[in-house]
Amino acid sequence: MNFKLKTSLASVATIALMASTAFAGTLVINTDTSDPAPKAAFEELIKDFEAENSDITIKWNLFDHEGYKTSIRNFLTADAPDVANWYAGNRMLPYVNAGLFEAVDDVWDSAGLNDTLASASASMTIDGKKWGVPYTYYNWGVYYRKDIFENLGIDVPKTWDDFKAAGATLNANGVTPITIGSKYLWTAGGVFDYLNLRTNGYDFHMALTKGEVAWTDDRVKATFSNWKELVDAGFFLENHAALSWQEALAPMVQGDAAMYVMGNFAVAPLREAGLSDDQLGFFQFPQIDPSIDMAEEAPTDTMHIPANAKNKADAKKFLAFLGRADVQTKINARLGQLPINKNSSVSDDKFLQAGMSMLSSTTGGIAQFFDRDAPAEMAQAGMEGFQEFMVKPERLDAILKRLEKVRDRVYK
Amino acid sequence: MFPKPIENTNILTQSFYKTALPVVLIIWLLPLIAVALTSVRSGGDLISGNYWGWPTSFDLFENYTSVFKNTPLAQYMWNSFRVTIPTVLGAVALSCMTGFALAVYNFKGNLLIFFLFIAGNFVPFQILMVPVRDLSVQMGVYNSVWALILFHIAFQAGFCTLFMRNFIKALPRELIEAARVEGVNEFQIFWYIVIPLMKPAIAALSVLIFTFIWNDYFWATVLTQGVDSQPVTAGLYSLNGQWISQWHLVSAGSIVAALPPVVMFFTMQKHFIAGLTLGAVK
Amino acid sequence: MTYFFKQNRLKIAPWLFLAPGLFMFLTYVIWPIAGSISISFYEWDGLGEKAWIGMANYVELFDDEAFYTSLKNNFIWLILYMLAVPIGLFMALFLNQSVRGIRIYKSMFFFPFVISQVVVGLVFSWFYDPNFGLLNIIIEFFGGTGIAVLADERYVTYGIIAAGLWPQTAYCMILYLTGLNSVDSEQIEAGRLDNAKGWRMLWYIILPQLKPATFIAVVVTIIGALRSFDMVSIMTAGGPWGSSRVLAYYMYEKSFSEYGFRMGYGAAIAVILFLIMMIYITFFLMKMYRDEKEN
Repeated sequence: MNFKLKTSLASVATIALMASTAFAGTLVINTDTSDPAPKAAFEELIKDFEAENSDITIKWNLFDHEGYKTSIRNFLTADAPDVANWYAGNRMLPYVNAGLFEAVDDVWDSAGLNDTLASASASMTIDGKKWGVPYTYYNWGVYYRKDIFENLGIDVPKTWDDFKAAGATLNANGVTPITIGSKYLWTAGGVFDYLNLRTNGYDFHMALTKGEVAWTDDRVKATFSNWKELVDAGFFLENHAALSWQEALAPMVQGDAAMYVMGNFAVAPLREAGLSDDQLGFFQFPQIDPSIDMAEEAPTDTMHIPANAKNKADAKKFLAFLGRADVQTKINARLGQLPINKNSSVSDDKFLQAGMSMLSSTTGGIAQFFDRDAPAEMAQAGMEGFQEFMVKPERLDAILKRLEKVRDRVYK
Repeated sequence: MFPKPIENTNILTQSFYKTALPVVLIIWLLPLIAVALTSVRSGGDLISGNYWGWPTSFDLFENYTSVFKNTPLAQYMWNSFRVTIPTVLGAVALSCMTGFALAVYNFKGNLLIFFLFIAGNFVPFQILMVPVRDLSVQMGVYNSVWALILFHIAFQAGFCTLFMRNFIKALPRELIEAARVEGVNEFQIFWYIVIPLMKPAIAALSVLIFTFIWNDYFWATVLTQGVDSQPVTAGLYSLNGQWISQWHLVSAGSIVAALPPVVMFFTMQKHFIAGLTLGAVK
Repeated sequence: MTYFFKQNRLKIAPWLFLAPGLFMFLTYVIWPIAGSISISFYEWDGLGEKAWIGMANYVELFDDEAFYTSLKNNFIWLILYMLAVPIGLFMALFLNQSVRGIRIYKSMFFFPFVISQVVVGLVFSWFYDPNFGLLNIIIEFFGGTGIAVLADERYVTYGIIAAGLWPQTAYCMILYLTGLNSVDSEQIEAGRLDNAKGWRMLWYIILPQLKPATFIAVVVTIIGALRSFDMVSIMTAGGPWGSSRVLAYYMYEKSFSEYGFRMGYGAAIAVILFLIMMIYITFFLMKMYRDEKEN
C-alpha cells in the first residue's frame, strides 16, 4: 500500500530548488505491519512525523507480514528503502554480517537513547555497535481462564509444586491444563525458554543460545526432565502438532483448556471470541528454583536503516523521532503493546499493566525469545526438537545428539 | 462420441445421469463449499473452533466488503490481469512457433532442444530465484509487472512447447506436404494452415496458463513489492496478520480471485467442441 | 541469396520459429539453472560474499536425516499422486455428454484447480483438525475413535497427498476432456459396429488415441508431485518435526524461510531434486522416442 502523503506547496518548491540533492525530502519506508492495529499505528506515526517535518514526504510501502520475510532479502540489495522494520537480536545478524544495515550509534548518542532505551540496548548491539531503534515489545507469560480456576478452587500458582497441583486438579475435572499449537514451532520454543530460564537462569540460557554450552549438558537435561514431568502428567493439549497457535485458542475459548503460555497478543483474539475480562487472567510463569532470579521473555520490534538507503539523513531523523517517549507512548497505545522508552506511559488495559509491572520489576534479565536469541539454523533445529520431545519424550537422547550436531556446525 | 451418448440410452439411464451430475458435483465441491462457508463467518467463530458448524453470524456482506476496503483488492486484481494476459499471449504465441518447429521439421538437435524444454520445465523454481531476481534488476524491470511477464513467458515456454509440439505432431501431415508442393512458404503454412487447426489446443493451453499465472504466489513475492505491481495472490495474504490469520477474509478474497480463471474456462469451452481437424482431412 | 534461402528453407525455417522462445527460455531458465548448480558449491547466505567449499554441501547432505525423510516422502508422493490420472480420466468420461448445462458442470468441476492451493490446504487441515474437524466427526459418527492425521508422523504425508489430489484430479480431467474431443468418431463407429462396448472400447480404441493427453497428464502430475510446496507449507510446515518434508520444501526451508540463510545448501538440495526429475524425463523421452519411431 502506497501512502503518498502530501506536503505543503512551499516544501514542494523547496524540493524543486534542492534538485541537486535529489533524494532529500523523500523518505521511503517499508514495513510489514499489515494487521489493522499496527497499520493504523503506523499511519499515525507517519502523519505525526510529517507534521513536525514539513520538508519531508514519506512514501510508505506496506507488505504482508509473511511475504515481507522474503521480500526483505531482495529489497535490501535490489531497491533499498530508507527505513525498514525488522527484529532485534540474532534476527538482525545475517543482515548486519552482510553489511546491509547501517550502524546508528550516532542517532543513539544524539537523541539520548542510550539512557531512555537502555532496557533494549543489549539486544540492539552487535560487535559493539547499534544497528537500529526498538520501538515496542510485549511480554510473555501464562494467560488463563480465571473462571475455571475459581470454579475448581485453584489459586494462581507461584511455585513449581503449585503449578503441578493445579494441573492435576484440572485434569481430574476433564480440563486440559495447557493448550498449545506446535505446528509452527515457535510456541514450543516459548515453553522451552521459560522452563530453561526458571531451571537454570538467564545467564545459562544466553550461553546456551550463543552455543557456548553443549545440548547434552546435565543442566539442559534438568530442564527437559522438568518438562517431562509436565508431559507425563498430561499437561499439554493432545495432538498439538496439528494445530497452529491460533487454532489452539479454540479449546481455551470452549473451556476445554485452562492455560496458555503465550505472548500478550493472545488477548485480543480471545476477547474477540467472546471471553470477558472476568474470564481471562494473567500470571507470571511460576518459579521452579527459588535460588534463581526470575527472567522474562519480551521480544522487541525495531526499525533500521539499510546500508543502501538513499536518504540516510532524513532516515536518521525518523529513527530519532521513533525513539522519543511521547511517540512511543502513542504508537504503543495503538499497538496494544509496551513502549521501550522508560519515560513513556502505558495504556490502561489490565493485561498491559500487568505485563509492564512484571517486566519492569524483573531482576533476572529479559530474553528475546528462542528464535531471536539463537542463530537461525540452531533455532529451527532446536524448536523442531522441542516439538518432537513434547510428543515423544522417550526420544530425548537422540534429539539432544542431533542438536549437538547442529551446534557443532553452526557456531564454528 | 465416447462414452455412448446419453440421448441414445433409455429414459431411466438418462434421468439417473441427470440426477447424478449435481450430486457428484456437490460432493466434489465440498471443500469449495467449505471455503465459501468460511468466507461468511466472523473471525470470532474461527477462533472458537467453529469451522464446520452453523455460523454464529452471517457476515457475507461485511467480509466481502471488508476485503475490498482493507486491501486494494481491485488494484491487485487489475495487476493480476496486467501480468496474466500478456503472459498468456506471449507464451502461447512463442510456443505455437516452437511447437511447430519441433513437430514439423526434422533437423539435427530437434530432440535435444525438445528435451531441453521439458527438462527446464521440471525445475523447482526455488532454484531460479536469486539468478532471476538479479537478472530482473539488471534489466531494470524489478518491481514491475514486466518482471513477472518476462519470467513467466520464458518459464511457461517449456510446458507450452511440450503441449503444442505433441498436438501438432498428431495433425495430418498431408496438408503441409500438399501446401509445400504448391509452393506455399513456411510462414504461410504456419499461419494459414496449422494455426487454424490448433485452435482447440490454443484455447485449452490459454486456460491452463491463465490459471497457473493467476495463482502464482512465489514469483509475485520475489519480483514485485507494493500495490503498483503486486498481483492478487500476494496481495490477498496481506489480510493475514502477524499473529492472527483472518481466514474468513482470505477465503472471501480467494473466491473473488478465483472467478476470472473459471469464467475464462467457461467462455473458451466451445472451442474444445471442435471437429475442425476432421473437416480438414476430408 | 534468396536462392540460398529458398533451397535451405527447410533447414533454416525451424530455427527462425524457435529463436524467440528458445532465447527467452535459455535466458530465464537454463542459464539460471547453471547459476544455481554453481551456487551449490559455495557457502552463501544470499546477502554477502560467497565462499567456495566444493562438494562439502553434498557431503553434508548425505549425512542429513532430514534429507532422507524428504526423499522418502517424495517417493510416496510420486506413487500416490499418479492416482489423479485415472481418476481424472473417469471424471472426464463421466462429463463427456451433451446434456443441457454440461458446459456449466464442466466449469464447476474445474474449480478446484483454480482456487489457490494455499486455501485448499487450509480447508483440508480444518477437515483433519483433531478437535473440531469434519473427518473425526464422521469417524466418530460411525463409532470409531478420532485420529489426528496431521499430527501423526505415520499418516501425515498421506493426508497431505489426499488434499493435493483434489486440484490435481481436476487438472487431469481437463486434459482428458480436451483429448476426448479430438477422438476420431469414425474409429468409434467402426468399433461399435464390431460390437465393442464399455471397457473394451475404452482400452483398445479410446485410450490409444488419448496417448498425448495421458502423456501430458502424467508429466504434469509428476511435476506436481515433486513440486508439492504450497500444500506442505500450509498444512504442516513440514512437520510434525519434519516428517512430512519434501525436497522442494526442505530447499525452501534452508534457503528462503525465516530461519534459512544457506543458499548453497538449498541449491544442493535443488540439484538433487532436479536430478531425480531428470530420471523421469529421460524415461519418458525414451518412451516417446520409441513410440514415434514405431509410427
